[in-house]
Amino acid sequence: MDHKLESVLNSAKNSDFSEKTSKKRDKKITADDYVAIAGSPEFKSLVKKKNSFLVPVSIFFLLFYFTLPILTSFTDVLSVKVIGDITLVWIFALAQFIMTWTLCMIYVNKANKFDKEAESIIEKVKGGDF
Amino acid sequence: MGMSIVGISFFVAIVGLTLFVTYLASKQTNSASEFYTAGGGLTGWQNGIAIAGDYLSAASFLGIAGAIALFGFDGFFYSIGYLVAYLVVLYIVAEPLRNLGRYTLADMITARFDQKKVRGAAAVSTITIVLFYMIAQLVGAGGLIQLLLGIDYWVAVLLVGVMMTIYVLWGGMAATSWVQIIKAVLLMIGTVIISVMVLWKFNFNIIEMFNTMKTATPHGEGYLNAGAKYSNGIDTMSMMIALVLGTAGLPHILMRFFTVKDAKTARSSVVYATWIVGIFYILTIFLGFGAAAFVGSEKIIDANAAGNMAAPLLAQALGGDMLMSFICAVAFATILAVVAGLVLSGASAFAHDIYGQIIKKGKVTEKEQMKAARLASIGVSVFSIILALGAQTMNVAFLVSLAFCIAASANLPVIIYTIYYKKFNTTGALAAMITGLVSALVLVVLSPNLWNPDGSAIFTGTALFPLTNPAIISVPLGFLAGWIGSLVGAKSDARKYAEVTVKANTGLK
Repeated sequence: MDHKLESVLNSAKNSDFSEKTSKKRDKKITADDYVAIAGSPEFKSLVKKKNSFLVPVSIFFLLFYFTLPILTSFTDVLSVKVIGDITLVWIFALAQFIMTWTLCMIYVNKANKFDKEAESIIEKVKGGDF
Repeated sequence: MGMSIVGISFFVAIVGLTLFVTYLASKQTNSASEFYTAGGGLTGWQNGIAIAGDYLSAASFLGIAGAIALFGFDGFFYSIGYLVAYLVVLYIVAEPLRNLGRYTLADMITARFDQKKVRGAAAVSTITIVLFYMIAQLVGAGGLIQLLLGIDYWVAVLLVGVMMTIYVLWGGMAATSWVQIIKAVLLMIGTVIISVMVLWKFNFNIIEMFNTMKTATPHGEGYLNAGAKYSNGIDTMSMMIALVLGTAGLPHILMRFFTVKDAKTARSSVVYATWIVGIFYILTIFLGFGAAAFVGSEKIIDANAAGNMAAPLLAQALGGDMLMSFICAVAFATILAVVAGLVLSGASAFAHDIYGQIIKKGKVTEKEQMKAARLASIGVSVFSIILALGAQTMNVAFLVSLAFCIAASANLPVIIYTIYYKKFNTTGALAAMITGLVSALVLVVLSPNLWNPDGSAIFTGTALFPLTNPAIISVPLGFLAGWIGSLVGAKSDARKYAEVTVKANTGLK
């Protein structure tokens, strides 16, 4: 990671626009800057990490969610009594709530790490290193 | 149902408190940014509670309690869908929206395609959703307050209409947010009190509660299983699609994310909202079961065929007139908080998108913006009051699910494509929004909501489209149209996409 960062830093310093930005620190970020950031390895790695969490987990919770109405609409498997007269459908419904809260907290945890990477990218940009 | 002195004092207290907050907020509402977003100065927990207050409409509180009371598990489907929807909001929409937008959904989409057509389409979809949602709320509110206070329907609609206009006109987003926070707190207090009383009746034994419910309703054991209300599996799936995907496209909910300073705060507000909303929806089980057991379905249906009076009647059965008055006042506050948020998001689409950005091309002074925002708020309010007065006898409950359906079919595809789809272009954006909006509308017009052979709907005859909720067709159509449009349209601007994806993921400005 470190040597990667350095190589970006160096390559960015060699290009024309970054010399200009490094002189004027809080200069407005141009379209060229955005293209450079979007193409940088640290930004690509951030997006990749985000997507490799968000995509599979989103697919999972949507599948889990739609399993409930599919099972109630087309089968009777959820009518089984589990505890006393409480049927499986209520347990499955409760599982949807627990899933929502759990995935919510897991995401916050992950996102705090993403934030740190995003901050370091922003710092580099503001410092004129791109 | 007459009102006692205690009952009237609850109402006066709520009206007084909300007007007082509006007065305080009015001093800080001097610019367009303060009007639309409270200056972006809300904290995570404030916005989280306000989101819950904005979201938990009368349909949630009174409607779900009634549906569970009358149909058991089938009523609980709504609670599940409305909650899981928050994962879509949190994972996909909230943070990029905060990073890219300013006041409206159209701002976010035009961060990528700065075209009047795209902004116009987004504004039209926002206004359509707001109007449908608002009419459903106002008609419901009118009927409800008529029942609760014993006043005429038109007086009730005017009362709610005038209150919402006052909040928005003088206090903008700051007043609206605080009305929503007050309402959310009251609603949670009321719901927890009733739930504890219901549990108490069952000796705090959930198994005993289910055991009792098995014989407490005309459905028998069927009450505890799915199927008491929904017999068409495809229609149930369609409804569940609209519920889970619609929330992330509702303009009045999306607008709440602009009231915080950054994406991190937007995220933490969704987390607060998810906990509050989730706990509330769990408690709807106790409201519904309690009403079925201690009020009885016959009495609930007598008061209102849709079951909307289940929660107030349960409060009366458990805690007498005092608790009932409190719950009625909470229901009133619930309606006020939701319609105020709707007025604000409708007004932003008219005043900011259509007037400020399309007609005036963004060249408007602060003073002109404020004037336009206030005029648009009055316009949205008056127009929806007139529609609600005309719709008194119509069954408009389906308009809420239609609003969710349009949000899922027209708004969500564009939001997702804008952030994640590199080849997305203007043609794709227009195609997705227009197809999603038009297909949802046309299919509902042809659906059993409007057509019934026995004359119980607006038109007499057989529906051409068999499902009551079109989401299972219109949502895929919206996504498909956005994709096809992007393939046939002009090549998308890769540099612009680089900017959007950097901003969306890092919050860089």
